[in-house]
Amino acid sequence: MNLRKIILKELLERKKQFLTSFIAILLGVIVIVAVKSVSNSSEKAIAIQLDNLGANILVLPQTTTIDNYFAADINAPEMPEEYVERIANSTIKGVDNMSPKLSARMNIGEHSFVLTGILPKNELASKPIWQTSGFADPGLQAACDPNNIMNTSHGYEDPKLQRKVIDSLGEYDCITGSDVASKLNLKEGSPLEINGTEFKVASILPQTGTVDDGRIFIHLRTAQKILGKKGVINAIEIMGCCSAISEGLLGNLRNILPDTKITTINHIVQTQVETNHTMAKFSVIFLIIIILVGGISIGNYMWSNVEERKKEIGSLLAIGASPKDIYYIFIGKALILGVIGGVTGYVLGTLGGMILGPRIAGVKVLPVPLLFVWAVLIAVGVSVIASYFPARRAAKIDPALILQEI
Amino acid sequence: MIKIENLSKKYHSKGNSVLALDEVSLSIEKGEFISIVGPSGSGKTTLLLCMGGLIHPSVGKVNIDGASIYDMGIKERAAFRLRNLGFVFQTFNLIPYLTALENVQIPLSLAGNNNGNQTERATQLLEKLGLGDRLNHKPRELSIGQQQRVAIARALANNPKIILADEPTGNLDPNTTNETVTYLNLLNQTGITVVMVTHNPGVAERAQRTLRLVDGRLAG
Ligand SMILES: Nc1ncnc2c1ncn2[C@@H]1O[C@H](COP(=O)(O)OP(=O)(O)OP(=O)(O)O)[C@@H](O)[C@H]1O
Ligand SMILES: [Mg+2]
Repeated sequence: MNLRKIILKELLERKKQFLTSFIAILLGVIVIVAVKSVSNSSEKAIAIQLDNLGANILVLPQTTTIDNYFAADINAPEMPEEYVERIANSTIKGVDNMSPKLSARMNIGEHSFVLTGILPKNELASKPIWQTSGFADPGLQAACDPNNIMNTSHGYEDPKLQRKVIDSLGEYDCITGSDVASKLNLKEGSPLEINGTEFKVASILPQTGTVDDGRIFIHLRTAQKILGKKGVINAIEIMGCCSAISEGLLGNLRNILPDTKITTINHIVQTQVETNHTMAKFSVIFLIIIILVGGISIGNYMWSNVEERKKEIGSLLAIGASPKDIYYIFIGKALILGVIGGVTGYVLGTLGGMILGPRIAGVKVLPVPLLFVWAVLIAVGVSVIASYFPARRAAKIDPALILQEI
Repeated sequence: MIKIENLSKKYHSKGNSVLALDEVSLSIEKGEFISIVGPSGSGKTTLLLCMGGLIHPSVGKVNIDGASIYDMGIKERAAFRLRNLGFVFQTFNLIPYLTALENVQIPLSLAGNNNGNQTERATQLLEKLGLGDRLNHKPRELSIGQQQRVAIARALANNPKIILADEPTGNLDPNTTNETVTYLNLLNQTGITVVMVTHNPGVAERAQRTLRLVDGRLAG
């Protein structure tokens, strides 16, 4: 028997009464942790992806949102593949590499993957544009100086993850992300049936922690055929030289492709960062709500708990407990409530984020350990501060008022 | 052993003040069995709580074994209670969500005993009081008489020199009343000083000495 045991036994005996205030604080922590872990992962996932994309300009159909692009919605808008030719045949300078894509989400077995059609390099390199530009040109290389501001990374550049230019890809070859391979139990050389067409796994990409892990790359032509979308694509990723970008490459591209949306990766990241800031503001509002609602409800509960236990407090004092012991019984109870609330809130919030993240933000959400610290700190803080006055009142109870059995 | 000098206690509540004790002086020797009687409202409980260091008197001193307990700090006084005094109340005041054993363990735990020692000592005490088969019962699962015995075991946990009992038999039937007083007598014979407030003349008679309070003053 010790003070801690007294606290726990009392809590267990009177579960129902503290449940309401406990739930108030728990819900708050769950929402904050879920929102924070989703926004954290989406920001990171997009930054990782973009840093390793090997492209810095995206050409998308006018009505596409950046989320469509990453989530590869079935209904994502399309544009004619002829746009690639238009760029290639134009006199625009500074386009260093181009990669047209057609993506669609599809199910294989019970798993959902993104099928992405790409053109391997050997089928693009013959275009006249590659003969007039490209890294072979020393002038261009200087312009593509990685220290140039337009080329700065977001801190997630990783040579292992860098999406390599795919040099060649057979008509019925596919390259799969690591999740695809593990879920379908694939090895290099395994057969894989997609929409009734048999493919051979040419290689498996290393784990990246991004949507790419759930992607299957196949040849653009084959993708167009099996998806029934001949002659269309839904994105062109372009590696543009930074000096060219600052000299108006985007404007030039817009001139020849007026009904598209052309953005730079930096711009996308900034937009994402802004979205995250909005989410962060929401979590601040939530924080205020839990502090108010949770705090008031815990304070209220503690106050009536002290009231209800006056007699018990009196007898503890008579036995030889000091007012400080009484104070610790209540503050300790608040501490336990806070720790349990924080830990459960973190676990449930993280699970919520992991379940909702892929659905609402199209990202894989991983637990954020730092949020654990915050969740516990917030829950304990609210609970202990709200219980401070009730605990002080308990410690000041005058045994004379209760022990007299009049 | 217990020396009370010139003790007065005035309660203030909502503008009224009540003089519950009016210049009481008395002394109780080590090993005595004292009963305190008097009409309702005469200040018996107040006197007992003052003796036990639980309410600060308005005027006067309480000396126990030469120590003036209201000159101690709050913490020191709590520690003093823990080591020297055992309280028994009319309504027992057991902690409702703890078992008999755990109730007796509380004072042992407050005195710094480890769990093993606590369990051993508490079990021993409860067995002595005939509750060996009720260790893990909560107060509501015990009869009134059994609850009173748990309360006595709890008061005895730290080998107190003095037992202060406020109408310990007030809620008991004649049989258990008799048992309880007999038990207090036995304790007294082991050298413990017992001070017991009671309304029951038959119970009061069994003490060595009876003090009568009327209107907060000791009467002849
Ligand atoms: N906390 C309090 N505030 C104000 N007055 C009080 C308080 N406690 C006791 N009193 C008053 O002090 C007087 C003495 O009370 P006390 O409880 O000591 O009497 P008692 O002799 O124990 O009575 P009883 O036999 O009914 O238990 C009473 O008039 C009572 O109303
Ligand atoms: Mg009384």
